[in-house]
Amino acid sequence: MAQLKDIVPKHPKDPAALLDVVRDVQAAFGHVSEAAIGRIAEHLGLSEAEVRGAVTFYHFFSLAPRGASTVYLNDSITSRMKGRTAVARAFEEEAGCRFGEVSADGAIGLFPTSCIGMNDQEPSAIVDGVVFTSLTPDRARAIVRGLRSGTPAREQVGPLGDGANQSDLVRAMVVNNIRERGPVLFGAHERGAAVRKAVAMAPDQVIEEIKKAGLLGRGGAGFPTGLKWEFCRREKSPRRFVVCNGDEGEPGTFKDRVILTELAPLLFEGMTVAGYAIGAERGILYLRSEYAYLRDHLESVLAGFRQDGLLGRHIAGKDFDFDIVIKSGAGAYICGEESALLESAEGKRGEPRDRPPFPVQKGYLDEPTTVNNVETLAAAARIIVEGAAWFKAMGTPQSAGTKLLSVSGDCERPGVYEVAYGLTVADLLEKAGGAGAKAVQVGGPSGTCVPPAGFGRRICFSDLATGGSIIVFGPDRDIFEIVENFMDFFVEESCGWCVPCRAGNVLLKKTFEKIVKGKGTEADLRDLETWGQMIKCTSRCGLGQTSPNPILTTLKGFPELYEARIRKGEAFVPAIDLEAAIRVGCAAANRQPECKESLYD
Amino acid sequence: MTETDIRFTIDGQACLAKPGQTIYEAAKANGVYIPVLCHFDGLKPVGSCRICTVRVAGRYMAACTQPVTEGMAVENAVPDLEDMRKALIEMLFVEGNHFCPSCEKSGNCELQALAYRYQVMVPRFPYLWPVRTVDAGTPLIMLDRNRCIQCLRCVRGVRAKDGRKVFAMVERGAHLTVEVDRKLAARLSEEEAREAMDLCPVGAILRKETGFAVPIGKRKYDHAPIGSAVEKGTGR
Repeated sequence: MAQLKDIVPKHPKDPAALLDVVRDVQAAFGHVSEAAIGRIAEHLGLSEAEVRGAVTFYHFFSLAPRGASTVYLNDSITSRMKGRTAVARAFEEEAGCRFGEVSADGAIGLFPTSCIGMNDQEPSAIVDGVVFTSLTPDRARAIVRGLRSGTPAREQVGPLGDGANQSDLVRAMVVNNIRERGPVLFGAHERGAAVRKAVAMAPDQVIEEIKKAGLLGRGGAGFPTGLKWEFCRREKSPRRFVVCNGDEGEPGTFKDRVILTELAPLLFEGMTVAGYAIGAERGILYLRSEYAYLRDHLESVLAGFRQDGLLGRHIAGKDFDFDIVIKSGAGAYICGEESALLESAEGKRGEPRDRPPFPVQKGYLDEPTTVNNVETLAAAARIIVEGAAWFKAMGTPQSAGTKLLSVSGDCERPGVYEVAYGLTVADLLEKAGGAGAKAVQVGGPSGTCVPPAGFGRRICFSDLATGGSIIVFGPDRDIFEIVENFMDFFVEESCGWCVPCRAGNVLLKKTFEKIVKGKGTEADLRDLETWGQMIKCTSRCGLGQTSPNPILTTLKGFPELYEARIRKGEAFVPAIDLEAAIRVGCAAANRQPECKESLYD
Repeated sequence: MTETDIRFTIDGQACLAKPGQTIYEAAKANGVYIPVLCHFDGLKPVGSCRICTVRVAGRYMAACTQPVTEGMAVENAVPDLEDMRKALIEMLFVEGNHFCPSCEKSGNCELQALAYRYQVMVPRFPYLWPVRTVDAGTPLIMLDRNRCIQCLRCVRGVRAKDGRKVFAMVERGAHLTVEVDRKLAARLSEEEAREAMDLCPVGAILRKETGFAVPIGKRKYDHAPIGSAVEKGTGR
């Protein structure tokens, strides 16, 4: 049995080690006890309240025991569409507890979790760190029975997925579902070619090439990558960092998972090229906790790079030193926001920072830092090899190159597609086999719900910008159920720092629910719109600024659905059920209100 | 005006700022009141309440964290922004449990004072009536989370002698709440406890064993609305 006194002192006496200590304690004991809080606080020189603050911020850390084995079942809308309800019931029946609880014998804990990046193979779950995909009720029962009879989750894996998922270091059921290979990410690439070519150029030339290529950030925000590198390089500082944002948490996106699985060398080359361009010696891959199963694989790719002189000292024989470390998240969508990611990488609660200063000025450890998406860095490596003109010739004038899309939902061929920017939603539906779709969610919950009338719109930065999440909704889907799932997601994942995002989204969702229940008025409908806009305008970071989109974009795309639910002509309909509200009081007093009629006037 | 002064405008009024000043600081120095709630002079601004939201070239930003730049045209007391601010105040009222008549901070409370200034009658939002707890487990102070507005002032401003934070935020989203470190709080001096209470803009941190010490008529906001001192150019 692991002991606190063996785990905690292994870590440096540095507050930056907080999340690493907590992760080890959580892994060893299934929770972080009061005794552990005290010991960690003392070791790191923090207050106990601060340690508790970090533990309670992340979904995969817990103050209360989460069972000898813990099941985290994905709660994304696609998971629900693919049979989550029956799978959840099977888990509950077999475990003998509800979701959010631990079984009486302490053996099994069941918890819901936000999208784990397996939307093309739902329902999926993470059981003791092991990913199970395409779950059925029978499989769910078998997993719980196996855990109870002493068969660990990792021994229950199977059948294995394709590609590197089958390797000894991964051994995952995950399938890549690569449906379309484009020339940028999946083009033939000679290992190390990008790094060797970059270090033969001047750093300014590397930046110039990326600028000329017109590479825009692939995470969704679309900031010009070359410009970001230039800003970072210009900052006067002896130390700079390259950070790769491997925290794709937008429900429905899983394309970075495929890159990390199959194209890790290209990504690490991209990070090295960025390091050379900005003058950094250290790169950090911030890997979302849900992808921890890829860590050994990624570490081995890094080890191979070091062996071949592509990382370490004097890279490719030049006067350039660079190395990459991996840091893990712990379950928080907000950490995909670059400044929150930096806070988390520094061992703190993943709360966004105020800007300015921007990360290129003061990023990791307050040093100039370029934070780039996984796909952006991989594309940058390819641009260095093939040249800016080659890249710029693909896509549209404003949106150069290709985009890796994660397609899931009601379609025959879910998976990743590397396509040139500018293709229409209809083109994509054709490729993926999504005929008859009622709507397509482009960009995940924070993006746009596109109705059939908009299927001619193009996927590119000037029309439908997306980090890559595309969810197809078939003709029988209930738009309101989708919106509710998305709003629940934002309420769950808001960090709570600022008022409009923390309180506003709860209030917005309440009014939305009132309308869905058939108790809404025209005034409520107007409130949805104005409150939504207010939250967008006043929120502090991208999460809050996009969180009302599920409601706002469906109000725009499907106004008739909302119109049909409201009570036209009624000035006021109370949100609460007055009769139900006074029932307990009436029973206690053993009498009914005498003025019952007037209550409803 | 000196050579390094930055010229900018607030609602068309010409103003001057020192390099590095935030919009809020520069406005105040020019006698223009931009309402703030989470902000406290001397503490690092955090932009959490968003009540100081202003608009520059169509973009919304928190005046407490945004530095002034040359030629900036700041929109401040315009109807739609003022309504957003009022909405944020209302959000805070429905998000917590604020019963002014029974609160020791009444008359000295910045949230209440802002509600008066913005003439909040009935919130436009439904009340959430959250179940929140009171922590009276430290010798000198009582923490009433019903009234907490998560402004982070105590988190930023109250430190133990060795620099450790006495208050910290726990949980996230709608469950975000403030926690007091029992061990560190037990070592606070009488004066530090008083300072912690004064730092709190609402009645969430209270000094134990005393209450309603200042009579009605002598409280901070009994005679003039919050912000009046800035507008008169006499500071806050």
